[in-house]
Amino acid sequence: MSDITMPNVAAIERSRHGSSIGQPVTRREGHLKVTGQAGYAADYNPPGLLHAVMAVSGISRGRVTHLDVAAAEAHPGVVKVMTPANAPKLAKSPDDKDHGFMFRMNVLQNDSVRFANQPIAVVIAETLEAATEGVALLRPRYAEEPARIGLDGSAAFALQAVGAGAPAKGGIGDIEAGLAEAATRFEATYETPAQYHNPLEPHATVAEWDGDKLVLHTPSQGLTMAQGRIAGLFGIDPANILIKSPFLGGGFGAKGLFSGPQVLGIMAARFVGRPVKLVLRREQMFGPVGHRGETRQTLRLGADSTGGLTALEHNTLTTTSFYDDFFEPAGTTSRHLYASPAIATSHEGVRADIGTPIFMRAPGEAPGSAALECAIDELAVKAGMDPLDFRLRNYAEIEPITGKPFSSKALRQCYAQGAARFGWASRPRAPRQMRDDDGLLVGWGVGTATFPAMIFPSEARAVLRVDGSARVEIGAQDMGQGAWTSLAQIAADGLGVDYDKLDLEIGSSALPTGGIAGGSAGTATAGSAIHHAAADVIKKLAALATSDERSPLFGAGNSGVVPRDGRLVRQDDESRGESYASILARAGLAEIDGKGSAGPNPSMQESYAMHSHGAVFAEVKVDPDFGQIRVTRLVGAFAAGRIINPRMVRSQYYGGMIWGVGFALHEHAAADPRSGRLMNANLAEYHVPVNADVPLIEAILVEEHDPHVNVLGLKGVGEIGITGTVGAIANAVWHATGVRARAFPITLDTLLERPGDI
Amino acid sequence: MRPFAYDRPTTIADAVASGAQPETAFLGGGTNLLDLMKGNISRPARLVDVTRLPGLSTIEWLQDGGVRIGALVRNSDLAHDPRFANRFPSVAEALLSGASAQLRNAATAAGNVLQRTRCQYFYDAASVCNKRDPGTGCGAIGGLTRLHAVLGWSEHCIATHPSDFCVPLVALDAVVEIEGRAGRRDVPLEALHRLPGNTPERETVLEPGDVITAIRLPAEAAAYAGNARYLKVRERTSYAFAVVSAGAALRLDQGTIVSARLALGGVALKPWRARAAEDLLAGALPGATVFRDAAALALAEARPCGDNGFKIELARRIIVRALTLAAAGTPDRVPALPASPFALAPTQEVSAHV
Amino acid sequence: MSFDIALTINGLHRVVAIDDPRITLLDLLRERLDLTGTKKGCDRGQCGACTVLVDDRRVNSCLALAVSLDGAVVTTIEGVAHGDTLHPVQAAFIENDGLQCGFCTPGQIMSAIGLIREGLAGDDPERIREGMSGNLCRCGAYAGITEAILEAQARMQLEHKGEAA
Repeated sequence: MSDITMPNVAAIERSRHGSSIGQPVTRREGHLKVTGQAGYAADYNPPGLLHAVMAVSGISRGRVTHLDVAAAEAHPGVVKVMTPANAPKLAKSPDDKDHGFMFRMNVLQNDSVRFANQPIAVVIAETLEAATEGVALLRPRYAEEPARIGLDGSAAFALQAVGAGAPAKGGIGDIEAGLAEAATRFEATYETPAQYHNPLEPHATVAEWDGDKLVLHTPSQGLTMAQGRIAGLFGIDPANILIKSPFLGGGFGAKGLFSGPQVLGIMAARFVGRPVKLVLRREQMFGPVGHRGETRQTLRLGADSTGGLTALEHNTLTTTSFYDDFFEPAGTTSRHLYASPAIATSHEGVRADIGTPIFMRAPGEAPGSAALECAIDELAVKAGMDPLDFRLRNYAEIEPITGKPFSSKALRQCYAQGAARFGWASRPRAPRQMRDDDGLLVGWGVGTATFPAMIFPSEARAVLRVDGSARVEIGAQDMGQGAWTSLAQIAADGLGVDYDKLDLEIGSSALPTGGIAGGSAGTATAGSAIHHAAADVIKKLAALATSDERSPLFGAGNSGVVPRDGRLVRQDDESRGESYASILARAGLAEIDGKGSAGPNPSMQESYAMHSHGAVFAEVKVDPDFGQIRVTRLVGAFAAGRIINPRMVRSQYYGGMIWGVGFALHEHAAADPRSGRLMNANLAEYHVPVNADVPLIEAILVEEHDPHVNVLGLKGVGEIGITGTVGAIANAVWHATGVRARAFPITLDTLLERPGDI
Repeated sequence: MRPFAYDRPTTIADAVASGAQPETAFLGGGTNLLDLMKGNISRPARLVDVTRLPGLSTIEWLQDGGVRIGALVRNSDLAHDPRFANRFPSVAEALLSGASAQLRNAATAAGNVLQRTRCQYFYDAASVCNKRDPGTGCGAIGGLTRLHAVLGWSEHCIATHPSDFCVPLVALDAVVEIEGRAGRRDVPLEALHRLPGNTPERETVLEPGDVITAIRLPAEAAAYAGNARYLKVRERTSYAFAVVSAGAALRLDQGTIVSARLALGGVALKPWRARAAEDLLAGALPGATVFRDAAALALAEARPCGDNGFKIELARRIIVRALTLAAAGTPDRVPALPASPFALAPTQEVSAHV
Repeated sequence: MSFDIALTINGLHRVVAIDDPRITLLDLLRERLDLTGTKKGCDRGQCGACTVLVDDRRVNSCLALAVSLDGAVVTTIEGVAHGDTLHPVQAAFIENDGLQCGFCTPGQIMSAIGLIREGLAGDDPERIREGMSGNLCRCGAYAGITEAILEAQARMQLEHKGEAA
């Protein structure tokens, strides 16, 4: 069905009056979550369940030469050990990729080791305790080869594409000429470390085979992709695979592509012919399910005497694995954020003996904007300008490289509202000027936030019942962003029914494909399909009513009626209408259903640049003697088109900003330079922010109308929060201390470099 | 986890006898032991659950003014005991700066003292470690050493002791009461943990079967109550191990330091008492210069074992600050962020002075 | 070796046969007693998702051996609401959006109930933040969590006063 129509501004304005969209209703599934009744994958315990635990590699590169399978199988309760010697062979190589949205996997098809923490066996037992000990008893031996680790561990090479297929190079104008004419020039190199998603819920599978039919409980950000991946690997019809994923315990990109450990859970169930639960141990989350690749970014910038950029060059070196390709697209941010007559961005890759990196909350934008926002700040200071004024001076009125207008861009209002709320105007220009009552150094910094507005293909089904209730089905996924709630709000308004009379079903592969909960596109993707499905129902209902002489709507024409609170009413006279119940009853129908789909709109994409924007202001305090840093205040102002649910949206911004705190100050996977093993693969030492790290946080929802971006006029909110925040914090640390930290996370020892003074 | 026999003795004598058997571990709060067992770092064949032993769960005030902390007193109960916190505020502050509320509710006093190093190579079963597998080498040397020891380390082991509790305890002359096969004995806490030397696998002076029954603080330790602080620098505002910490306590008489107590955490494989610095401070007027001299003395023997030279300067600065805070007087109540440089709550107001 | 232990779980007294001393309280609840509300995030006492009350104190159930808890009173997330009436902390979590993905939420709520019971944080948000720092929330719902606790505590104090009067 070709429901991908040009957005109709009038339609948007009409549905804006709906009773649900825009309301800060609380989480629809909140009751389930606060009572412990929300069922996550690992909560499912079918009869006859066995427990599987993975054994993972202690080396980064080489081969497994021995596993003491006998010792493991002799352990009471152990049922079987699955190794490369006996594991079911898959229907196709797990290294074959049909498209870019696939992980190459290490699923016991051979004895090679390509990264530390790679699965090398699976122990299946009657109890979790027995399976866990069975793993310990395997005592693997290896033929080890030297690990190649880090950005300098092997030769860099040129790239064609980065991220999800963006060109590796992009730019406009002449960088050297721009630098030559600049009154102020600045060059610096920034490094960002490997980071691991670490959703609180480790990947889990509960797999049940019935012949060639598979029922799988597992968290997935993309049910249809997962279904297709499993079908290919096991050589079965996708229709024979049912994946249930009603609640994800966080995803952040780690549950976007179906991963090796999830395949192993399915293999284990087939191997033993019983239902099997496989849950990753926390340390196993550091390797086989992706991470954010390391980057080294070198920026060269020039500005004229008025502070206008003359050149912006952004070159990125980033790591990937030796067996797959994913390259952190860090430079793409510089393609659309600031106006400059000359922009050049490029990426190079380097391979290391690590698990393949993948999308992680704000892939590209997070590390890219961290470096860019620091460099812009440094240049502003060098040019003698206030960092916020400098950003405004270089405001991009059109997307600089493409020349396209923005579909909407309320960034100026973000800067203004954020600055006002934060109190930016009283900021002294020079660093080390502010102290608090305890003598702690205080610094203020700003960063610009940005994230592209995307949409993926999706389909939905909507049903209106004669009793006035409705049901909407879509295989969308809720990983905490609020899909259960916001999609219901969209559905309720689309159908013109009360929010409480709307049943929403999501999180199952049996439902129409809901696209991907990723790229900050989940609500646009699923919401647009729902909107169209609802419109289809209303259209059919209107056809029934307007063609029926007995209806007060007779003759109004399809486009002459609109849904209102369980009724269709005439657009020209809302007092004239008929209830859905009455229309359906007269037609002798118990219910009426409709379908809708959504996806990218090429003509809009050609015409407009579509991005969310924001401005983040950070206050940090730094102990002048110890260099210990605390982010004491964060104010973010974001414009992302239409807001479906301000309560959920605010939480998304908070979450992103807190990820910014972690990026700036905490997160860092520490690899031993010799073995490549991650030495802090646990939550005690891979630090993410705790509650005490986040004293005061505010998010301002800046009004923005976007008639172009999609039928609902909404942009994504899930990832943008991290983007401006990292730079804002780093710039605030400089403002507090006078020290420019150019490697993330910023640790206290960096600030101790000036003994007695810092 | 290796299967283990489970024994729950009801007398200390039985616990000693049971605990003396090979491959045996005592189970208290379990917060460290179970973590180690899950990581296959510790694989005991037998667990002796001492949590039901009678008489070890009380805080007992001695006639001389000292206190006897039962081995099983939970960290949170001790820290929140008003009389204890009043007499030994730096110990309470140290306890409350450690781990999380949940862990403090479970962890016992003796268990805290006996917790094992957080060295990442010790914790990584795939790495070599002389402490875990004597003679295999130290995996940390030449690796990631940013947070390792700067005092008392050897070429066989560069790990640090992770306890916060032990730091002010050792400064205040705590004594450990032990029941063993040869009867009861007292060991000063300072002598309980061993430096690595050639035998890093021998972490304490305890013998098989030895049960710590109590930790005693002498009456004199309470004389420091008015000027005792614990300060802990860490890489996250809470729920993080110390990069470096210090416990400082002063006895002041008319503005002069009569005697000082000073110990460091996060710098060595044991809580590090800085006696020379204490001696320097005795008789001095509190002030930046003498505090800096004391800090220099405390770190005189320090040397980096890798990329951790910064910890030496950091430790000096922490000592100066801890002494400064102690001299300023113990606050009425443990701050909202115990032992943190960020002791005061941020406010909505723009708090900056230009 | 099997041990029969007596546990009172969410007010229900039961004798549980522990056929393996390695079983933690967390795995007992989740894998054997079908009380899956309590979550396993790290299994090492590093995230707080498994927080339950044992004898009215919040602890990490992943680091407690079931066999050593003979006689204990355990409260889990399933035992907090009264029928359909949510505990004030649960209600306040929803109202203040102190949750996103919900996976850490049972542990956050149990920890919050424990914190309020300890009675030491008062209405000082900073003490609440510190007291809740043993519960990681990767989604970043900390602001709502802190607000929820302040609100629930105030409501519980009011109700308590009401009952006393």
